[in-house]
Amino acid sequence: MTRALIIDDEPLARMVVLEYLQAFPQIEVLQECGDGFEGLKAIQQHQPDLIFLDVQMPKINGFEMLELVDNPPAVIFATAFDEFAIKAFEAHALDYLLKPFSKERFVKAIDKFLSHSNTAPAAAKTTETLLEIAAQSPAQNERIVVKTGTKVKIISVLDVEYLQADDDYVSVITAEGAFLKNKTMAFFEKTLDPRHFVRVHRSYIIAIQQITRLDPYEKDSHLAILKSGAKIPVSKTGYVKLKQVLGI
Amino acid sequence: MASEQLSGKKLFGAFAICGAVWAALQAYLLHSFGFVWMVALADAGISTILLSVACWLINNNLRYYQPDRGSYIYLLVWCGALAAGCAAACRYIIPFFGFGVVYDNFLKQSFIIRLFTDFLAIGWMAMISALFYSQIDHKKTEQRKTEAEKLARDAELYNLRQQLQPHFLFNSLNSINALIGFKPDEARRMIHQLSDFLRGTLKKDDQLLVPLSDELTHLNLYLEIEKVRFGHRLQTEISCYEKCGKALLPSMLLQPLVENAIKFGLYDTTGEVTISISGELEDSYLVMTIQNPYDSQTSRPRKGTGFGLSGVQRRLYLIFARNDLMETHANDNIFTTIIKIPQL
Repeated sequence: MTRALIIDDEPLARMVVLEYLQAFPQIEVLQECGDGFEGLKAIQQHQPDLIFLDVQMPKINGFEMLELVDNPPAVIFATAFDEFAIKAFEAHALDYLLKPFSKERFVKAIDKFLSHSNTAPAAAKTTETLLEIAAQSPAQNERIVVKTGTKVKIISVLDVEYLQADDDYVSVITAEGAFLKNKTMAFFEKTLDPRHFVRVHRSYIIAIQQITRLDPYEKDSHLAILKSGAKIPVSKTGYVKLKQVLGI
Repeated sequence: MASEQLSGKKLFGAFAICGAVWAALQAYLLHSFGFVWMVALADAGISTILLSVACWLINNNLRYYQPDRGSYIYLLVWCGALAAGCAAACRYIIPFFGFGVVYDNFLKQSFIIRLFTDFLAIGWMAMISALFYSQIDHKKTEQRKTEAEKLARDAELYNLRQQLQPHFLFNSLNSINALIGFKPDEARRMIHQLSDFLRGTLKKDDQLLVPLSDELTHLNLYLEIEKVRFGHRLQTEISCYEKCGKALLPSMLLQPLVENAIKFGLYDTTGEVTISISGELEDSYLVMTIQNPYDSQTSRPRKGTGFGLSGVQRRLYLIFARNDLMETHANDNIFTTIIKIPQL
């Protein structure tokens, strides 16, 4: 038995998936969700094997929702038109359906899932790569979605002061406090706008607008003093990068 | 610009060479009349310099002011005056050098011939300058024209893309696909609404002003489709005074604003969303107000104006040449867009 969720903000779009699924009695739909928050809750509650996911949804989009799931299930995306998402899918999604899709196309996607379901870890790996590509879409590098306890917080990148490596996580520091995100420094270095964020140290990325002063520190290294008063170490290579961006 | 500067330099070079040749010929001619080389060269030098100044004057004059067809006669008079000035200056300046009585007599006698040759030379210069500068002018106008055409083409393409609204179109088709299964009548109705809406957007001329009542009918088609897509989440309130119905506004102006409000409202909150649209006549303006809820916690009202909004502002500017016809503000979790359309 395969346990599935449908996450789409348009009721009729969910209905199409339900209708097509009638041909697959071995797939049980546990719940239909109208937005990413509901979807996130339902995934944690039910631990489904498969989700049907729309990209454009209220509050947080499909990609952002997936980022917050610890062990993402297999995903079949269903979207109408989003050039960037399609690019991401073509490279890495298990499968994606372009709305409106035919029953034949839907059956193909399900068949693909059923034949792949033995190799679940591989699916999780591709989902990760997919999210990395999707995170580079213009809409998505303007904010960072994090989980604090059971709540979801959306942080605008304009509010970010700096990021600090924290074991397997990255700590996102804003005026409101620090938020953990299970991503790597390399991920943020790649996705944040390089004109505004510089990786000045192996463990730090800073928002250059926050810098008030650059002081020399021990040999070959510097200290960046931020508006908030935080002192961030700047390595030799970080200093070179920083000088380039600041044009000094 | 580069080519223009280049040909300007070339022109100056040609001008200098002509002057030198002119002076040499004059010196040779005077020498052949029996004057010593020194006198011949001095006379040739001075009169050529004077002539050059006159030529430079007429050339500069034509660079900034191109006479139209009727006023070539003034150009002729101006050439004559300059020639007279040149000849007279020669006639009265050179005697001060004291080259002797024979030479001074010769100078007096040659006044008329000098006048005519100067006139011819300056006339030539005027003609060449006029041709040269009118050609440059022509090139510039041509350039402006192609640039304007390119801009117009880009705008047209942009409009086409906007009208097609792929996201809206494919999602609507997907809704129809769902309805066909269990509510075929509603599916059929939605197909008709979608067709009417698309037809409406295709035939609209950008510059055309339409009555508000027509625009609202068109807008309603759009809203009906969106309501089918989003179900109970989307509510709309339209309130317009009756007398506004005849007020004119550019076609398809409201739709992008409402689309923006729906996107902003629906994708920024999770509950039910009411989009309100109201219109009234104030002084000689039709004032349309569009409001949608948003969540001030998670999204700061978009920096400046959204994508759809800037397009509307641009259109208002192109049609009415004013930048103050649209304003937006956000407070109490309500985002408001107000546009004012002058009624002539």
